[in-house]
Amino acid sequence: MFSVPKSTEIHPSERRIILKHADDPEYDISIDCYTRHGGYDVLKEAVANRKPEDLCQEVMDSEVRGRGGAGFPAGMKWKFLDRKSGKPIYLICNADESEPGTFKDRQIIHKDPHQLIEGMMLTAFATNCALAFIYIREEMPLGAQILEAAIEEARAQNLVGENILGSGYSCDIIVHRGAAAYICGEETGLIESLEGKRAYPRIKPPYFPAALGLYMCPTIVNNVETLCNVKHIVDMGGKNYAQIGKPGNTGTRIWCLSGQVRNPGYYELENGKFTYGDLIFEIGGGLREGRTLQAVIPGGSSAKVWRAGERFTGKLKNGEAFNWGIEDVPLDFDGPMAAGSMSGSGAVIVIDDSVDIVEVLANINAFYAHESCGQCTPCREGSLWMKKITTRMANGGAREEDADLLASIGDQIAGRTICAHGEACSWPTQSFVAKFHDKFVEKAKEDPEKAKVRPFRLV
Amino acid sequence: MAFEPSAETLKYIEDVIARYPQKRSAIMMILHAIQKEAGFLSLEAQEWVADKLELTPIQVREVVTFYPFYREKPIGKRHIRVCRTLSCALNGGYKVCDSFKEAFGTELDAISPDGRVTVEFAECLASCGTAPVAMVDDVLYENLNEEQVEAICEQIKKETPAGEVAGTES
Ligand SMILES: Cc1cc2nc3c(=O)[nH]c(=O)nc-3n(C[C@H](O)[C@H](O)[C@H](O)COP(=O)(O)O)c2cc1C
Ligand code: SF4
Ligand code: FES
Repeated sequence: MFSVPKSTEIHPSERRIILKHADDPEYDISIDCYTRHGGYDVLKEAVANRKPEDLCQEVMDSEVRGRGGAGFPAGMKWKFLDRKSGKPIYLICNADESEPGTFKDRQIIHKDPHQLIEGMMLTAFATNCALAFIYIREEMPLGAQILEAAIEEARAQNLVGENILGSGYSCDIIVHRGAAAYICGEETGLIESLEGKRAYPRIKPPYFPAALGLYMCPTIVNNVETLCNVKHIVDMGGKNYAQIGKPGNTGTRIWCLSGQVRNPGYYELENGKFTYGDLIFEIGGGLREGRTLQAVIPGGSSAKVWRAGERFTGKLKNGEAFNWGIEDVPLDFDGPMAAGSMSGSGAVIVIDDSVDIVEVLANINAFYAHESCGQCTPCREGSLWMKKITTRMANGGAREEDADLLASIGDQIAGRTICAHGEACSWPTQSFVAKFHDKFVEKAKEDPEKAKVRPFRLV
Repeated sequence: MAFEPSAETLKYIEDVIARYPQKRSAIMMILHAIQKEAGFLSLEAQEWVADKLELTPIQVREVVTFYPFYREKPIGKRHIRVCRTLSCALNGGYKVCDSFKEAFGTELDAISPDGRVTVEFAECLASCGTAPVAMVDDVLYENLNEEQVEAICEQIKKETPAGEVAGTES
């Protein structure tokens, strides 16, 4: 009935917790299958025998960090909830999955929707939420149908809805569909959208969702993968969960590998046990025949780019000195940060030597220019000009001064906008131009006719 | 011309409004339902929604014009959306888009001469690991190559009669 997204072959290095059953041919999305595999046991046990505060403590102990982009500890986020206001508390699952390069939440939604529902109900119970929402992007219409059907099944078994399993606790889940705007992934834009308005992000402070979120009530926004982790944290205990991965980078993460690499796909790996080199060259099978690496975008297209061959040096938080190439950067939250970029949404995009790096940036810039909500002048105008300039350059009209012009625009956006889309749109330009300055300058010397005979276009 | 949804859609709309703590929150789901049924969101339909939710018409139109998926004009009978974003482009996404356009002799964002399709670019469809990808209405097609695009177009031509699109009559 529902189309299932193509599976990635499981690599022996993987430790599948979230995707444990997702690609098992015997496994399906029905509640019967889920419960046969122990599903909802954790929720049943929790509502019968555990106190909400204990569950919050487990999540705190787990040190789990958000999987949506910013990597903020989930336990801490929940702690910030304003519980004194007396207003209802809302939970929102962010299933907008729209940072270019990211396709992990799709796997969970299409292949194991009840895991997400159980994670959400545990989160709702732990934080005493009155109502929960799943904000799913419009481009996943079947995903929305799957979730609606799964919630209906769970409601029929009294796992969602009124007086859950006789516990006296009630909470329903509403599936809400977006309409193809990336900015709805930004949590305050998402909230405005859920209120029935344009998705104009709100300024923080004062509009931190934990205090003034949906309908100006305290609200938790967490990513799909983060909420799935809650189920496993409560199941194994926060301290045990924290044993997986590395301190401060606990648990597994679903990495999304795409671009010009032999085996693109999603790979669930224990945090900090592998490097970007392992992911790209071993698990991902390396580059295609006869190609060499040109660049890597380590965490979704807004993350600052790495140029092949560059070295990263400095000191880690624990004082240890490091000297890494791209291939040595630890595959976790802190590794890419130490190397001047970020793991973001876990989306690693590989770029080989067959493409023009100016054109790559032009493609990225077209995305952010299209997606700016238009509230802040630096973001609205800056993203548009960065797109126009790089597109002109790609189409044979590059000028020598363009590199510096681009850099100056990029430098005038970040830190001057309402939401982090300002950073998201300027980081690519800032980093591409800084790291590939020679290529951006050389572009002006290129014969404009060459632009017409490109093997394939990126803009 | 006054707008009236079908009885079935009206029932859905009533149910969806009741779900939310505040009526206005239901607007996006309502617009989805009406657009699915009517093909696009006419000003009359928008006024109807405004009435239903006790909003002003401009509060509805603000929403319709902000989100790329909502449209005020009809499109072809089938909606083809090809991913334009980086991972797909690096794997031939632009070529895929050209092939769709050629198969229907049409331009981007326009109704094809036979009325069967509108081809558009979409931004990252969250399936970058199986690039290049495209959606035809609600269905995602992954790892597209020339032959597959051809087969999809053949299929569309077989399933969808040529002819004028409702709402485009002059
Ligand atoms: C421009 C922008 C786009 C974002 N898009 C998404 C998204 O598609 N999915 C997501 O989970 N988080 C996205 N985020 C991050 C959210 O604002 C929020 O931090 C996240 O959903 C919190 O969940 P987590 O703590 O579980 O990661 C985006 C942020 C920004 C600034
Ligand atoms: S930074 Fe950009 S996307 Fe964010 S609120 Fe401002 S204009 Fe909108
Ligand atoms: S880039 Fe095409 S699906 Fe993500």
